[in-house]
Amino acid sequence: MKLLLSIVVVAALAAVPLWLSDPYLLNALITTGIFVIGAMSLNLLLGFTGQLSLGHIAFFGIGAYVSALTSLGFSVSLPFGLHVVHEPWPPLAGFAIAVLVSGLCGYLVGRLSFRVRGAYFVIVTISFAEVVRLVALNWVELTQGPLALTSIPPMQVGFPGLGEFVFRTKLHNYYLVLGVAVACYLLIARLVRSHVGRAMRGLMENETLAVSIGIDVTKTLTLAAVVSAGICGGAGSLYAHYIKIIDPEVFAFINTVTMVIMVITGGKGTLAGPVVGGLIFGLMPVALRPVMAPEAQWIAYGSALIVILFIMPRGIVPALMQWFPRMKPVTAPGFAKRGVEESA
Amino acid sequence: MTAAAALKQPAVKTALSVDKVAMHFGGLVAISDMTFSVGEGEIVSLIGPNGAGKTTAFNVVTGFLTPTHGDVTYRGQSLRGMKPQAIADLGLIRTFQRTSVFPNDTVYDNVLIGLHRRGRVGVLPSVLGLPRVRRLEAELKQKAAELVEWVGLGRRADDLAGSLSYGEQRLVGVALALAAEPSMLLLDEPVSGMNASETHTFVQLIRKIRDRGITILLVEHDMPMVMSVSDRIVVLNYGRIIAEGTPDVIRNDPAVIEAYLGQGVKHA
Amino acid sequence: MGELFQHLINTLVLGGTYALLGIGLTLIFGIMNVVNFTHGILYTFGAYVMFIVVQKFELNFFVALPLSIASGWALGALVELTLLRPLRGSDIDTTMLVMIGAWIAMQSATLWVWGGVAKSVPTPFPDAPLEIGPVSVSWLRLFVLVAAGALIVLTYILINRTRLGSAMRATFQDQDTAALMGVNVNLIYTSTFALGSSLAAAAGALLGPVYVVYPAMGDLAAVKAFAIVILGGLGNITGAVIGGFILALAEELGAGYISSGYRDAMGFLIIIAVLIFRPTGLFPRAERVG
Repeated sequence: MKLLLSIVVVAALAAVPLWLSDPYLLNALITTGIFVIGAMSLNLLLGFTGQLSLGHIAFFGIGAYVSALTSLGFSVSLPFGLHVVHEPWPPLAGFAIAVLVSGLCGYLVGRLSFRVRGAYFVIVTISFAEVVRLVALNWVELTQGPLALTSIPPMQVGFPGLGEFVFRTKLHNYYLVLGVAVACYLLIARLVRSHVGRAMRGLMENETLAVSIGIDVTKTLTLAAVVSAGICGGAGSLYAHYIKIIDPEVFAFINTVTMVIMVITGGKGTLAGPVVGGLIFGLMPVALRPVMAPEAQWIAYGSALIVILFIMPRGIVPALMQWFPRMKPVTAPGFAKRGVEESA
Repeated sequence: MTAAAALKQPAVKTALSVDKVAMHFGGLVAISDMTFSVGEGEIVSLIGPNGAGKTTAFNVVTGFLTPTHGDVTYRGQSLRGMKPQAIADLGLIRTFQRTSVFPNDTVYDNVLIGLHRRGRVGVLPSVLGLPRVRRLEAELKQKAAELVEWVGLGRRADDLAGSLSYGEQRLVGVALALAAEPSMLLLDEPVSGMNASETHTFVQLIRKIRDRGITILLVEHDMPMVMSVSDRIVVLNYGRIIAEGTPDVIRNDPAVIEAYLGQGVKHA
Repeated sequence: MGELFQHLINTLVLGGTYALLGIGLTLIFGIMNVVNFTHGILYTFGAYVMFIVVQKFELNFFVALPLSIASGWALGALVELTLLRPLRGSDIDTTMLVMIGAWIAMQSATLWVWGGVAKSVPTPFPDAPLEIGPVSVSWLRLFVLVAAGALIVLTYILINRTRLGSAMRATFQDQDTAALMGVNVNLIYTSTFALGSSLAAAAGALLGPVYVVYPAMGDLAAVKAFAIVILGGLGNITGAVIGGFILALAEELGAGYISSGYRDAMGFLIIIAVLIFRPTGLFPRAERVG
């Protein structure tokens, strides 16, 4: 039943370009898809471990910059007379390195902040994103600063014996993003259903108890942060090679907030939540653009977040699950308080 | 039965030993100079009036608190400075007084989470779904179902643990702890809030657990329950041990009677 | 040497307002367990009230300041009553997300209403700075320093010497016990949020005339307030004051001796350094475990 629904949804998404040819809408779908991947990665942390990362866009931006720089090449002078010159590599290598570097950043942020969690984690992740943004803005020799990195080559995949395929058009990129999104969805689904996912769930629901049965907090959470950051970096790489221009504005806090809204609206801690929320909030600007000024749109976004938290605190997908109880969620974490045993 | 256990006692090896442990919170002395041991396969109870330091003692033994002085060793290994999950890896598993379950998961999934220590495989193999991992997962599921059945919660397996009654949640807590494959189980006031028949069933369960070769340390209020299940009893009051021995000895110990009656009088 | 003195003077001016921001945020977190994302908006709001009262209504600068602080109090109370009171008992993540929603909506509203163009607030102070040896400081900055200092002292008196303050401190210690002792916790929460907000508005009203007033000015202020609060320990008022001055010093020295482009990065680097070396801040609050 569930498998069938998933196949139908993917098939429907794959069929969209067959009847939709408006490049503006196709563009909106591609960027939405990229943000949905980001939201899915955020959900792995927020929904499945309970850690709210408000600097998630940093991993996205790092992925975008790393991938762009790998495929464009660069030449920078470092202290102590070092001079690094990098010749352009294929975009696919850029994608792989983007995932790795973002994952590594996830590891560092995780190790740093999971000793003190909750509000601290939130603030550390915000700070991290701001520092990265300031570096992107000020390290002009590497990043061109506010002038942006331009002429980023499109994604390109080589098949042995068949030659190279270049994702040049919007249609190509649509299928690329859809493919990567499905792969990330499956990866996250596998992960949260594995013993690691159970450990994450245990930690989120009752940390004291989880620790007592031998679950390693730091290891489990850091692992989630690494996978989450890596996926988000991959999304950033797709973005760079699709948009072909990257400037420090990619790190804007509002982009993280967009992902958070997608996850919360759709339903954190459910696999489908970020997809549903992402499609709604990704495509809403398209619907609102003719009727509202951009500032008014943001007022609507902020208000929508508040309203959803008041009336549907667990999000759309869990609410739907309640109406169709046969489709039980993989997990249904509520907004339970973190379990801290208070002893007498 | 208790007499037989007492006779057996000198022969058994020491599992857990608590050596001159003291615990201070700022100027407050919660425990001073506590020494006792638990033999392999024994059921030992730690009792005492409210505020006697039982829960603190419990938290020290399980590594949730680091003692100010003294040492706790399990099977010859000092627990000093060990993190709770490392202590769990030694086979020392505890249950909790209040938050004993993962409330938003089913009973069955609770036990599945509890099987964490048995199910550790690399992330990559489990994401790839290698046959080895699938076999292990199948085994775990089998094991979880058995454990749920074993503690007598078969009919509630698919209910959310948070929706269960207090007594049933305690059983989930025990199933969870057993899933972690303890060689020693530490139960923190397991029958508080249970009715008489639930308590009776629980006593049977504790005996069954011991019969699986698991050593048990119990912290409890319920005197009749403690008397019926323990091989030995350690009595704490104001942070010190005031008596130690078989239930028969404890029952007739003047210091113990004084401690409990004295409390009763104050409360009345 | 003169340059260093100049940096120290600037530190004092900046540090006073940073301390105000930090106290407000740390009070709200300490007492209500709410990570207040609208803090930066209140800072912006305070600056705009200043601008409107002085520029549009042509009232005196010194009349505008208390008006701005009072407006901050009122807006804070309104946010608390409409958004936080109905969520009492929710976990910290829910309130945090609601605050983020409020922040986005309110910030976009300021942009919509007042436009994106930066505005400057006219002041009654002479343009020529006060020169003492090699150091020069404008009369406006000197006023900011004195006013911020006075507000910090007033806040201390409010918290340590008044009935409202002792009820706040009781709630800070233990909310349930405070409620049992007859403290109206709802009233304390609203007052706390309003007080914290009015301090943020005061900081905006003081720094707005020093720089320029624009809708996004609060974003950076909010993140700096977080840095200050982490530095001082979440919920620690004295820590927030000291943290405010440390951040100001780090920014001044960082901008003066490293690169002005990284001035705003200092706060974040401090956060990261604090979390490596002293994860609970310089002045931690004990937490209960077990």
